[in-house]
Amino acid sequence: MSAAMKLKPKQLLRQLLSWVALLPMASTVLVAYLGSVLWSLRVSFTNSRTFPSDQYVGLAQYQRLFENERWLLSLQNLALYGVLFILACLLLGFLLAVFIDQKVMAEGALRTVFLYPYAMSFVATGLVWQWMLNPGNGIQQAVRQMGFPNFNFDWIIDQDMVIYTIVIATVWQASGLVMALLLAGLRGIDEDIWKAARMDGIPTWRVYVSIVLPMLGPSVATVFVLLFTAVVKVFDSVVSMTQGGPGTASEVPAKFIMEHLFGRANIALASAGSIVLLLTVLLLVVPFMLARQRQARTQAEKA
Amino acid sequence: MSSISAPALARRQAQWLRPARIGVYAFLLSAAVFFLLPLYIMLVTSFKSMDEIRLGNLFALPIQVTVEPWVTAWTSACTGVACEGIRGGFWNSVLIVIPSTVLPILLGALNGYALSFWKPRGANLLFGILMLGAFIPVQVMMFPLVRILATLGLFSSLPGIVLVHLIFSMPVMTLLFRNYYQAIPQELFQAARIDGGGFWRIFVQLMLPMSTPIIVVAAIMQVTGVWNDYILGLVFAGRDNLPMTVQLNNVINTTTGTRLYNVNMAATILTSLVPLTLYFVSGRWFVRGIAAGAVKG
Repeated sequence: MSAAMKLKPKQLLRQLLSWVALLPMASTVLVAYLGSVLWSLRVSFTNSRTFPSDQYVGLAQYQRLFENERWLLSLQNLALYGVLFILACLLLGFLLAVFIDQKVMAEGALRTVFLYPYAMSFVATGLVWQWMLNPGNGIQQAVRQMGFPNFNFDWIIDQDMVIYTIVIATVWQASGLVMALLLAGLRGIDEDIWKAARMDGIPTWRVYVSIVLPMLGPSVATVFVLLFTAVVKVFDSVVSMTQGGPGTASEVPAKFIMEHLFGRANIALASAGSIVLLLTVLLLVVPFMLARQRQARTQAEKA
Repeated sequence: MSSISAPALARRQAQWLRPARIGVYAFLLSAAVFFLLPLYIMLVTSFKSMDEIRLGNLFALPIQVTVEPWVTAWTSACTGVACEGIRGGFWNSVLIVIPSTVLPILLGALNGYALSFWKPRGANLLFGILMLGAFIPVQVMMFPLVRILATLGLFSSLPGIVLVHLIFSMPVMTLLFRNYYQAIPQELFQAARIDGGGFWRIFVQLMLPMSTPIIVVAAIMQVTGVWNDYILGLVFAGRDNLPMTVQLNNVINTTTGTRLYNVNMAATILTSLVPLTLYFVSGRWFVRGIAAGAVKG
């Protein structure tokens, strides 16, 4: 307040004008983002069912959540899915970027092919893969007709394997994005490093693994954060591919929350679940953003 | 070809035959097959009759090409209760996408402009929180937003779903424009101030006309993102405004009885047509948007 008082009237007017322009952004941040999160946090400490109630029950909802088998299964699925999805995307995306970086013919066409799935919705992708993985008409049947009558590929109806089918479909969709971002990183690396390595007779693959990959650190970190947030949110793909089945074998937390919000009318439990998801994301994103900021600051000091 | 000398050509051919070179192309080609396979299967399946699908091979080309699945998908496939195809969803999506692209871009540009040139006190903190907001899982905000929209009388309506898209796209849109404007020299802004330009005049007459490249990038991102959205449309749009993705999922996952795979695949392609066309036409701009949006902060 006192700082504002000290401003000259003209400056004050200037500040005021830009604040008026930023009003939509301010209200979005305060109401939609901060307000929603605080509201969900509050509800998670109550015994609300269909409507929010004021009866506080402490951490009871969180306790119930972590005694709920379906939630625990969802978390387990998410962990397995997340590790495999991120590793596979990074590996495939990195390989595609490196191979495309070898001055190949038709680079533009190849890049287009690897990235187009990313332009499609997860629902559409999920439905195509559901159809291809369907054992009755899909790949299994086709390979059997080609003269391998014992060929089996029925993961999508197998409780133990279904989660891998979601990994396959989403890796197919997202690894092109990883390729595009890492390729941009590769193109930013100084040519002199390659000349020096060539003169020293270091094999190309060694240069990639020992020199280029560490230099790509910031790009990889960005990609990792993007993939991680995608993992926590995974919902569309599961709904369109398996609806969480067979049984509950491919349930994920986001789906658990949606069902308890709208189907089962238990908004307190759902809110507790969503707060757990939020904490998981913040645990990763906040250190990432702080590191980024520090890096930007040291770079600014250098310049 | 004529510009390449004979020895260079020979060298290039020799390079081609090196095992490492063959390995590179073998990897890239098999990857390309893996990526194109689903698109190919979607296409061939959508032109087959059901009999052919039951008897034939998933990978085979249609023996008798039929466009009937496409017509059915567009005009008479059943989405839950009604059997009017997914054309309704198409037009709903169009109606949602247009305001959900224009408004976020305008607001993003305004935010970026105010943040980069006017720098009001405390605005950077606000921007920081907004950037963090980009990472909040949708589910955390879902129910509070339902309540807010219900209070405003906007729940299950077209303005409601547009408002929700506006909220969720604000971090990325603001970031895109802020970064773009920060690359513009401050001197240009100062000169406009000295010439007597006010807040809105400088924005409308100087900054917006300079922003065409970033507006194109933002529009591509926003059209693709809103068109492909499923969860927000499902919750906020209401029964009369369900976007195409939701109707597509209804066609395929809630139909009872025999599943018409050819119709399903035609419907899937129809739903993906807008973003795919945009992607194939815009190419580099699409990639540029991804790169700009990915570098959060």
